[in-house]
Amino acid sequence: MATDVRAPAAAGKPAGPVRTPRKNPARWFSDHVILMIGILVLVYMFVPIGYIFALSFNQPTGKSANAQFEAFTWNNWSSVCDPEGLCDSLKLSIEVSITATIFATLLGTLMAFALVRHSFRGRGLSNLLIFLPMATPEVVMGSSLLAMFVSVGMDGVLGFLTIVIAHVLFCLSFVVVTVKARLVGMDSRLEQAAMDLYANEWQTFRLVTLPLAMPGIVAAALLSFSLSFDDFIVTNFTAGQSVTFPLYVYGAKLKDFPPQLFVVGSIMFLVSFVFVVAGEIYRRRRVRAWT
Amino acid sequence: MSHGVLPSAGPEDPVVVDGEVARRRGWGWLLLVPGMLYLAVFFVFPTIQLFLTSLYDPSGSYVTGYNLTWHFANYVDAIRDTWNLFVRSFIYAGIATFVCLMLGYPLAYAIAFKAGRWKNFMLVLVIAPFFTSFLLRTLSWRTILADEGPVAHFLRTIQILPDNGRLLATPVAVIAGLIYNFMPFMTLPLFASLDKVDYRLIEAAGDLYSSPLSGFRRVTMPLSLPGVVSGTLLCFIPACGDYINAELLGTPKQYMVGNRIQAAFLTEHNYPLAASLSLILMAVVVVMVIIYVRRVGTEELV
Amino acid sequence: MAETNRDLHLESLTKNFGDFTAVRDLTLTVPNGTFFALLGPSGCGKTTTLRMVAGLEDPTQGRIRIGDQDVTRLRPYKRPVNTVFQSYALFPHLTIFENVAFGLRRRGVKDYKQKTLDMIDLVQLGPYAGRKPAQLSGGQQQRVALGRALINEPGVLLLDEPLGALDLKLRRQMQIELKRIQTEIGVTFVHVTHDQEEAMTMADTIAVMNHGVIEQMGAPDDLYENPVTTFVANFLGQSNLIMTDIIDSSGPEVVVDCQGQKIGVAAERCHAQGRKAWLGIRPEKIFASHVGEAERTDSNVLAGGRISDVSFIGVSTQYLVAMPWDQELMVFEQNTGRRPLFKNGDEVDLSWSSEHAFLLDADQDAHAGMMRPEDKE
Repeated sequence: MATDVRAPAAAGKPAGPVRTPRKNPARWFSDHVILMIGILVLVYMFVPIGYIFALSFNQPTGKSANAQFEAFTWNNWSSVCDPEGLCDSLKLSIEVSITATIFATLLGTLMAFALVRHSFRGRGLSNLLIFLPMATPEVVMGSSLLAMFVSVGMDGVLGFLTIVIAHVLFCLSFVVVTVKARLVGMDSRLEQAAMDLYANEWQTFRLVTLPLAMPGIVAAALLSFSLSFDDFIVTNFTAGQSVTFPLYVYGAKLKDFPPQLFVVGSIMFLVSFVFVVAGEIYRRRRVRAWT
Repeated sequence: MSHGVLPSAGPEDPVVVDGEVARRRGWGWLLLVPGMLYLAVFFVFPTIQLFLTSLYDPSGSYVTGYNLTWHFANYVDAIRDTWNLFVRSFIYAGIATFVCLMLGYPLAYAIAFKAGRWKNFMLVLVIAPFFTSFLLRTLSWRTILADEGPVAHFLRTIQILPDNGRLLATPVAVIAGLIYNFMPFMTLPLFASLDKVDYRLIEAAGDLYSSPLSGFRRVTMPLSLPGVVSGTLLCFIPACGDYINAELLGTPKQYMVGNRIQAAFLTEHNYPLAASLSLILMAVVVVMVIIYVRRVGTEELV
Repeated sequence: MAETNRDLHLESLTKNFGDFTAVRDLTLTVPNGTFFALLGPSGCGKTTTLRMVAGLEDPTQGRIRIGDQDVTRLRPYKRPVNTVFQSYALFPHLTIFENVAFGLRRRGVKDYKQKTLDMIDLVQLGPYAGRKPAQLSGGQQQRVALGRALINEPGVLLLDEPLGALDLKLRRQMQIELKRIQTEIGVTFVHVTHDQEEAMTMADTIAVMNHGVIEQMGAPDDLYENPVTTFVANFLGQSNLIMTDIIDSSGPEVVVDCQGQKIGVAAERCHAQGRKAWLGIRPEKIFASHVGEAERTDSNVLAGGRISDVSFIGVSTQYLVAMPWDQELMVFEQNTGRRPLFKNGDEVDLSWSSEHAFLLDADQDAHAGMMRPEDKE
C-alpha cells in the first residue's frame, strides 16, 4: 500500500486505499473500469425515466402516444386530471397505500420485536412463514386471495377492503425484514441501562427503544408505501371494479394513451427523489453538527 | 476464555453474548400473534384453499358450481398442456437473472468499494427508477424498443438485426424488460453482502502476491456469495411468475406461465387449471427456498 | 460514617445457565462506604455477580440484601443501585445533559436541572452538556457514565470494568479520580475488574474470584502477602512454588523438607493439609547472594542455585535461578546500585525471611491463575 504524503490535505478524496496518483492512462482505466461499468448500468436504468419525462411533454396526434415524440406541449402538465378517472385512481391509490402502510408497519414492527428480542419455540417456522410471502410469485398470491374472497362470498364487495388486505399481506414481510435489521444492530445494554436508571419497562420502551428503532420503522413504512402504491398484479386480482393508479395505466393502454399518465409518472419520480435527497441532506447536516 | 461447559445453543436456550444473557420473557411471543394470525388467515388459508381448488372437478364452471373430487389428474393435465410455458418461463427468468448478475455485480462492487462519499447517492440512484410506476417504465421500453425507435434503427445499421427485424414482440424484448425490472433486486443484496467485506482483506490478498483478478476470485467472490445467492433468489422467483413484461413487450408466442394463470383465472374462469398451475409454480419456488435454507439456515431469511 | 443498614450482603448466591454454573454459592458482605473490588479472569463469574446485584440477572438461588431490604426479586428500577457499564451504555440519541438527568427525571425529582448541571461540572464536562455521546472521547464518555450513575445517590455503585477501554495513561488517571470521588462521596463502590494492579490500587477490600467461587477475600496487602490458594498466589503478582514435604507442624514454625533442604514457615502462613505442600515465596522477597555469603541469620536459605537468565528492566533486574531439582526460580532485585549485578552462570544461595514464605495445599494446580498470552483481555 503506497502511502501518499499529500493525502491528509486532499479532503475530498474518496475512501479506500491511498494510492499515489497514476499518470498512466491505461492504469487509470483499469483502476476505474469497474466504476465506469457501474455508472453505465445506472445510466441504463435511467433511460426509461428519461423517456417518461420526455413523453410527458408529448403532444399526441391521434396515433398511440407512446410511439414517437411528436410535438412539445405544456398542456399535459397543466391539465393532469383531464382524462376521466385518472385523478380518482390516484386518490384511491393514495388512500389504499396509506391504510395498508399503517397496518403493515404496525403488525410488522411487533413481529420484528418478537423475533429479535425474545426467544421462543417455533422460531424457525416463524421465519419461514414470514419469508414465504416475499418469495411467492404475485400471480399465486393474487389468485389465492381472489379464490378465498370468492369462496366466502365476498366477490360482490371486492374493492378498497380487499385491496388493503392484499397489500398488507405482501408488505408485512418487508416491514419485518427492515425493522429487524435495525433492531439487530441495537445494543440491548442501553435498555438495561435505562432500567438501572429507574425506568420501568414501558418507560424504557418509550424513551430508549422506540426512538432508536424509529429510523428502521420509518424506512419500513416508506418501503411499504412504495410497494403498495406501485403494485399491479395482486391488485388486479383483488380490486373488483375499483381502479387504482397502476390499474388505470394498464387499462389505458388499450385505448388512446393519455400523456397525462407520463406526467403523473414524472411527478411521482420527482416527489420521491426530492423526499429521499432531502432526507439524506437532513441526515448529513445532523452528523456534521456534531463534529 | 475459560468458560467451562456452555449450554448448546438451541432455539429455546438463552443466548450468551459477551457473558450477558439475552432476556427470555415468557410473554414475548405474544407480539408475534397478530402478525402470524394475519398471515395464517390471508396467506396460509388461501394457499390451502388454492390447493383444494386445484383438485376440483374440471368439468365444473362458475355457473354450475364446483365439486371437490380430489382430481389430481388436474395437475397432470396442467403440466401436459403448459409444460412448454414453464420451460420458457424458467429460461427467460434464468437468462434475465444471469444478466442481472453480470450487470449488477460490477455496479454493487463499484458502490461498495469505489464510490467513496457518493455511496449513498448511488444507492438512491439504484432504487430511484422504482419511484415511478413500473407499468410506465415497461411501457417506455415499448417506445424505446419500437421498430421505428432509435435502438432498433441502430442495430439494423450495424447489421445485428436483419433489415426487417424487430426487437419488440420478441423474446429479446421480454427478457430485456425482465432484466430491467429486477435489476435492483439483484444489486441491493449484492451490495449489502459486498459492503460487509472488509476491504483490508482484499488488500491483504494483494500484499500476498495475488493479482487483482485472482484476488477477486479467491477472496471477494466467496465472501460475497451470500449476496449472490439471495440476489439470485429475489430475482429469479418473481421473474418466473411475471407476466406484465411478456404481455406488454411480447406476443402470445412469448407468454409465460403467469400469463396463462391470469388468463385462466380472470378470463376463462377455469379455476382448477389456474390453481394447479399456481401451485406447481409455488412448489418450484418452495423447493428453491428449501435448498437455500438448508445451506444457510432460517435466521438469514428474514 | 458507616451505617450498617446500608451494607451489601450476598448470601449463598448461585447462578446457573443450563448446565453451566457461573456463580456458585457466593457469600460476602460489603460494608457501607468501602471500595470493594471483585477481581478475577474472564469467565470467573464476577460480571454475572454484578448483574445480579443490579437486577439485570435473576439468581438461581440465594439472597441479596442492602441493609435490611431484601432486593433479590426486585426489578432493577426499584433497587437503590446504579451501574457504570463497561461500554458506558450512554443513550446515543440524548444529549449529555439528558443522559445525566435521566435517572432523576424517572424518579420525579423536581429540581433536576440544577443538580444535573452541578454533576456535569463535577465531572468536568461543563461545556459539553449539549452534545451527544458520539461527539465525546472515550474518557469523557466514561465520566458521563459515572456522573449519570452517581447523581442518583445510590446505596451501592456498581462498576463493570469501566476503565477497560481507556489507554494506559488515562486509566491510571481515572483510577486515582475514582478513588478520590469514592472517598469524598462515601458511596459503596463495587468494582469488577480483571486487572490486579487496578484492584490493588483502588480497593479497600478485594475478593478474588475463579470459576464462580471466591478464592480469597481481604485487604490488598493481606491477599498479596499471604495468599491461601495457588490461584491467588499466581494471579496477584507472581510467586515461586516449590513442592515440599512437611516434617514438623507442631511448633510456631512449620518445618518443611524443600528438596533436601530444611525451610521454616511461620505457622499462621501454612494453609496446607496433608503431608506435602507448595512452598511459596515471591520473587521480590528473595535475596540472592554469592555462595556462603547469605547475610540474614534468622532467614531461610536455599543453596545450589545458578543464574540462568538476567533481564535488566531498569528499575529492577529479574533473574532466573536454576536449582538442582530442575526448577527455575524467579528473583527480582531492585537496582539500588549498592552491589554489582549477577552474571549468567554465577553460583548463588537464595535466602528470605520466614515471615515471607507461605505454604499452600499440594493438590492445587501450581499454574492456576497464571496469565497466559491468550488470557489477556
